[in-house]
Amino acid sequence: MLWGVVQFPGSCDERDALHACELSGEARLIWHEERGLGEVDAVVIPGGFSYGDYLRAGAIARFSPAMEAVAEFAAAGGPVLGICNGFQVLCEAGLLPGALLVNESTRFICRQVDLVVEASGSGKRPKSFNAPSERLSIPAKHGEGRYWAPEEMLEAIEANGQVAYRYAPGQNPNGSARDIAGVRNEAGNVLGLMPHPEHAVDAMTGSTDGLEVFEAVAAAGARA
Amino acid sequence: MSAPAASSSPHRELGLTDSEFELICEKLGREPNRVELAMFSLLWSEHCAYKHSRKLLRRLPTEGKRVVMGPGENAGAVDVGEGYAVAFKVESHNHPSAVEPFQGAATGVGGILRDVFALGARPIAILDSLRFGELDSVRSRHLLDGAVRGIGHYGNSIGVPTVGGEIYFEAPYEHNCLVNAMCVGLAKQEDMVRAAAAGVGNALVLMGASTGRDGIGGASVLASAELGDGDEAKRPTVQIGDPFEESKLLECCLELLAKGLLVSLQDLGAAGLTSSASEMASAGGVGIDVDVARVPLREADMEPFEIMVSESQERMLAVVAPGRVEEVIAVCEKWQTGAAEIGAVTDNGLMRVLRDGEVVGEMPVEALVDGCPLYDLDPAAPEAWIYGNRTTLAPGASAEESLLALLASPSVASKRWAFEQYDSIVGSRTARRPQSADAAVLAIAEAETAIAVSIDGNGRRVACEPYAGTVEAVLECAQNLACAGAEPLGLTNCLNFGNPEKPVPAWQLDRSVQGLADACEALGVPVVGGNVSLYNEGPEGPIYPTPVVGMVGELPSPELAVPGAFVREGDAIALLGPFEPSLAGSELAKLRGELDVGLPQPDIAAVRAACAAVRAAVRAGKLSSAHDVSDGGLACALAESAISAGLGCQVDLQHLRERGCTPEEALFGEAPGGFVISGERAKLESLAGDGIAVLLLGKVAGDAIEIAAGDRSLSFGLASAEGAWHSLGERLDAAQR
Repeated sequence: MLWGVVQFPGSCDERDALHACELSGEARLIWHEERGLGEVDAVVIPGGFSYGDYLRAGAIARFSPAMEAVAEFAAAGGPVLGICNGFQVLCEAGLLPGALLVNESTRFICRQVDLVVEASGSGKRPKSFNAPSERLSIPAKHGEGRYWAPEEMLEAIEANGQVAYRYAPGQNPNGSARDIAGVRNEAGNVLGLMPHPEHAVDAMTGSTDGLEVFEAVAAAGARA
Repeated sequence: MSAPAASSSPHRELGLTDSEFELICEKLGREPNRVELAMFSLLWSEHCAYKHSRKLLRRLPTEGKRVVMGPGENAGAVDVGEGYAVAFKVESHNHPSAVEPFQGAATGVGGILRDVFALGARPIAILDSLRFGELDSVRSRHLLDGAVRGIGHYGNSIGVPTVGGEIYFEAPYEHNCLVNAMCVGLAKQEDMVRAAAAGVGNALVLMGASTGRDGIGGASVLASAELGDGDEAKRPTVQIGDPFEESKLLECCLELLAKGLLVSLQDLGAAGLTSSASEMASAGGVGIDVDVARVPLREADMEPFEIMVSESQERMLAVVAPGRVEEVIAVCEKWQTGAAEIGAVTDNGLMRVLRDGEVVGEMPVEALVDGCPLYDLDPAAPEAWIYGNRTTLAPGASAEESLLALLASPSVASKRWAFEQYDSIVGSRTARRPQSADAAVLAIAEAETAIAVSIDGNGRRVACEPYAGTVEAVLECAQNLACAGAEPLGLTNCLNFGNPEKPVPAWQLDRSVQGLADACEALGVPVVGGNVSLYNEGPEGPIYPTPVVGMVGELPSPELAVPGAFVREGDAIALLGPFEPSLAGSELAKLRGELDVGLPQPDIAAVRAACAAVRAAVRAGKLSSAHDVSDGGLACALAESAISAGLGCQVDLQHLRERGCTPEEALFGEAPGGFVISGERAKLESLAGDGIAVLLLGKVAGDAIEIAAGDRSLSFGLASAEGAWHSLGERLDAAQR
């Protein structure tokens, strides 16, 4: 299992993501100017503030050479995990539905939250990215994490089983629509979430629940 | 018409006295030109020359076995083993923040980060120490909101966790808030560099952002005069931060250092190129030529003096061997950060400013950097309490009412509202997040160890008695570290005081530095760096004298640190240490409007012994929790441990009353040296002896806070205590609506 972690100028959590990936395989950084991903089995777009995020989170990163390669990789069924800024980049790139808006409070928020793992696999969806636990304790930290999509799109992604994680009742930190914390694409191989599983892989720093997210992506990679 | 000579002389407008100007003329053998005068005025400002504090600072102990770099470098550093060092420094950005809090605080963080990576350390943590006026002031809420957003903006964006800090609200900071930022970094000792320029013929490379007119005379001028009316007009002197630019610059510098491409490195802070170039030259005993025509500019028509004094952010100056300049520029290009060769190291001992090869300024480095006269202070103790009193708690308030008022007092209340706006976990080192233990704990896996960090300083107590109050600030840090099981390695400080040319602030500064020196000496903790911020006064007078102390300690493993919150129902609760509470200078005295001069003198040796006992107990796994007794006294410490845990407590303060305390002193009195510890009763009792006092107070039980203290006994539910303690965010939101 070889993970690739894309690094943009302004990425913050790429080393943390690299470390988390190394717990379930090998991992290497992919510089944003690289046009090929090499032989990676799965890709992580990490958290941070790519290119400063001064325009709109993820709006510039989606145009990077590495993201063109990621789009091709995803189209071929390769598993892709976008965390926080990575989730924003994937939405900007059109690889995931919806958008992430400024938190309802207008403030950055850093807080441990409980996520409810949504049962996927209903209907025609593949059973990808299913973590064995029903609830995960994972930290969230972002200023632009309010998940938003038009009503009809929300209906559609719920009907398709594309909602991967919701904030546990009463714990929505940012005003996300329908408490949505993470979504996947229709094919089921691209997953994005605002909370940071790479910061929940060691009991020393608070939780190991994030490992399940990486293991689920790895399992999808093994199938691909 | 005769113009008044006084106001029209350029040197006075730039803050130099007539005698200082005469001295400059004497050293140059002529009158300085415009470029030279601008450069002298900045380097001879209080901010750069420490002309009112340098003599006092010589009292501080700076040596120790673990010291890798001491004062004089961009930051101090201590050895943590396996070839690694931890670098750290605290610095103020008070006046810029008082004028424009968001950018002032943001660039304060940016500046202290550069100080740390300038010596080759990757920043791994930020802490902040903030002071504002009372929360019922619109101005204070505006400054608080802006400063917290600014710190978050910079620290979060650059990916360095903000792991701790403190905020106090006191009327004397109403006009002149304090924003002190501390950065901690980790370096391989073999990759570290000093700031001294060396190697005649070596090139000077300016890296990072281009140079503009922003912040001309910003930090250095703002920091060297009192605030007054019309400060809004100073907004253009506040710099604008760009954390993305700094993020690239940081990675670029660390890569350059890891590849061994730099001879020395210095950040550009206050006084920009002027101070960084001349200080590098001074430290290396060499001369430096800078050609301003080669400096990349934001605006084409900048004058040489503007280029030399600009405080544009996110810039670093490096000395590079001539044959390696191309390699350096290639690394800068990879990180999309600017780089230009702007000058060279010379052997003539001169700081020369050129424009296209033509000399436009030429000054001996020695005169510029070390020529400023150092002044003796003219201290005089005030005869009475000069800061006023305001009563917000009725004299007849019950013990319950008093405790609730204390828990809700913004200086005591939980700062969750603020620290949740900071990324405290990026980097995967944060083993104890804000408020989960008395000190932040960071894993240093590279050296198979961990560090604990704390920043403290209660200005009100220093105002009551500068010597004792400053000793207490150092002890508070040491106690916080002890609760985490850490042994102090080194200390940094930021001395925030009023106008040193006036007798009372001069006296406060003198006594405070003596307290700092004595406490550090007695604890065996070297001072490895620091910063002085004077002239913190508004029209209403000086701020509380506020020495802020940042301390770094080591513990063998991050998992050893115990929480501040109680852990288990049924655990015994004890008070450990030489705690002799008094209402003098306490939070309760403030609420009652009873502040006055004077504090009991702390017994440093006894507190040191108590710290050692707690540290050993934590490391041996004998404690469930440890929390030092601080603002609001024992009752607040107990309540904080209970609220954070969601567990009640049942305690009796009879033992303290047997020591001669009144019930009120036992509940709410403050003093250094007290620890609230919990754990198995036998283990707590085993800590007594060898001069260590352990008083069993009661146990962790129920869902109420019950404290027996004679006629001031109190009892109420956890929920109401929690509501009071967590009221800060609600109060701020309500005020905004």
